[in-house]
Amino acid sequence: MTEIIDILISASFWAAVIRIASPLILATMGELICERAGVLNLGIEGIMVIGAFTGWMAVYQGMPLWGGVAVAMLAGMLFGLLHSTLTVPFGLSQHVVGLGVTLFATAAASFAYRLMLPEVTSPPKIQPFQPLDIPVLSDLPWLGQALFSQTALTWAAFAVAGIVAFTLYRTPLGLAVRAVGENPAAVEAQGLSVTGLRMGAVMVGSGLMAVGGAFLTLSAFSSFFFEMVNGRGWICIALVVFGAWKPGKAVLGAILFAAFDALQIRLQQTSMGAVLPYQLFLALPFILSILALILMSRRAEVPAALMVPYNKGER
Amino acid sequence: MRLEPIANPTAARRLGLPVLAIAATMLIAMVLALIAGANPFAVLGQIARGALGSKLAILETLNRATPLIFTGLAVAVAFRAKLWNIGAEAQLYAGAILTVVLGTGALGAPLVLPLSALAAMLAGAALLLGPVLLKTRLGVDEVVTTLLLNFIMLLFVSYLLEGPMKDPLGMGWPKSPALIPEARLPRIVDGLRLHWGFALAILAAIVVWVIQTRTALGFEIRAVGQNPEAARFAGMPVNVVLIKTALLSGGLAALAGWSQVAGLKGHLSLDLSPGFGYTGIIVAMLALLHPLGVVVTAIFVAGIFVGSDAMSRAAGVPTYIADMLMATALLCMVLAILLTKFRVVRG
Repeated sequence: MTEIIDILISASFWAAVIRIASPLILATMGELICERAGVLNLGIEGIMVIGAFTGWMAVYQGMPLWGGVAVAMLAGMLFGLLHSTLTVPFGLSQHVVGLGVTLFATAAASFAYRLMLPEVTSPPKIQPFQPLDIPVLSDLPWLGQALFSQTALTWAAFAVAGIVAFTLYRTPLGLAVRAVGENPAAVEAQGLSVTGLRMGAVMVGSGLMAVGGAFLTLSAFSSFFFEMVNGRGWICIALVVFGAWKPGKAVLGAILFAAFDALQIRLQQTSMGAVLPYQLFLALPFILSILALILMSRRAEVPAALMVPYNKGER
Repeated sequence: MRLEPIANPTAARRLGLPVLAIAATMLIAMVLALIAGANPFAVLGQIARGALGSKLAILETLNRATPLIFTGLAVAVAFRAKLWNIGAEAQLYAGAILTVVLGTGALGAPLVLPLSALAAMLAGAALLLGPVLLKTRLGVDEVVTTLLLNFIMLLFVSYLLEGPMKDPLGMGWPKSPALIPEARLPRIVDGLRLHWGFALAILAAIVVWVIQTRTALGFEIRAVGQNPEAARFAGMPVNVVLIKTALLSGGLAALAGWSQVAGLKGHLSLDLSPGFGYTGIIVAMLALLHPLGVVVTAIFVAGIFVGSDAMSRAAGVPTYIADMLMATALLCMVLAILLTKFRVVRG
């Protein structure tokens, strides 16, 4: 027990929590935008892989780090365009298309990686984002290390969450996006394009998912591995449900989740880790995701038109 | 644009569009080959030769098709009821675990094969029962729960192989002890590397086809898949039908693990399945969820994978081209199927 308390009061633990939460926040915001507009985007896992790969590859080829982020975002939007073309105007099964996009994006990243680097055995490294040194704040005892020693991309993740929340609840565009996920016919009656709004939401959301993936290669680690996303996309889908489709709650969920993840890594090195198999610790994030889904199932406020395709003129 | 239903699609439309989808996939294969700096026609030829060019190649393709028939059937059965079982990968491993538990000496000669198959099916069915009960009782989306279970199951297998199921003679390599000879599926013809699992997979496809077309359950599964509200209104026990579907689907996926362990590998290791559970989704969708079609598409998909391995060694195009082609085929096919039923109209 004292071991757990020791971990929880250490500054490096909280720094890790925020670091682990960052890609989850970005991708969860992306998925949240899609789902608020009425489209379940199961392409998230593959789009994160594409983001991780393209962002890293752009920087490896000599682009600046923010250029890598932009490339990842564009690549993600491209896959969002593919997903939304099939699911919105054509109204195809969002389950099947999403899985198809994940399979395609994952394979495309592997294919391109092997094509560009056929022989390498150890993945080449890039110079990733460095922690920002903020005057005064970073020098605070404990707090400075725990909260204010993060990279610019982490700050961007939290800023994105704020922007998404503001846009969804305080702007006409956000109102239209939310309405299109609740009652598309009413949006159409207002003279707005359901197809345009939904496709736009999926593309922007997919762009954010890809930046979440790029966080892994450009900020967390400095190279690209095939298995590096490792289910984070699916966890983000659970986080959207856990957050009841609200940005603020979803961010809290991501931080809570990251705390468990950071805790399990540290617990592996304690006396508990000597007794329990390490696989149990690694499975914890996935088990927690399922528990979160069960816990929130009864009170989740699902967007009414989620997964319901809209065909103009059909009633 | 909007979609307008076609009352009576012509035969040309119903057959031509799926063919067009496959043609589009081939076209993309050639583009990918060009990007990789290889001759596109040579690449297609090498894939075909690698899959079917010799007796050895054909047997390898059929061996690779065996688990895909089982996982493809598992997905086809579930998707028909709109039960989104994406957990065939985990159910496959559940079956493999039980096969090793019973096949390494716990049971003797005549009983071990049928009982390990039965136990495997029960394990796979039990694994899918959880997500389905969560769906019917609490409305938890089964896509996410079955996906997450895949990751949990792989970690569980890793734990077993490093702990209680570790092969003491494995030289530190994480694998289970070997099955006893009586627990192995024999080869169909002596000297040819093709085991009975392939024949049993075809038998399973026929059984599923009979269930779907000749039994009340098959009718109920289709009714629930087409319109659950209408099925419920007609007095159908929708949740019971979903649970029965899940048991069948999970059991079929588990047989893939059983046949891989008992027929091919003889032990359990973490590389037992290179994603057979996920590829099963593609196999089922390409077969338009038809159980007999699954046999054909499983062999086709297996051929692409086996052929791509051979092509990659010869032409240097990464083997991941196979995964890209399969995902492309999936997306093209769902679009083609839609366009057989609907027409795109402007405005």
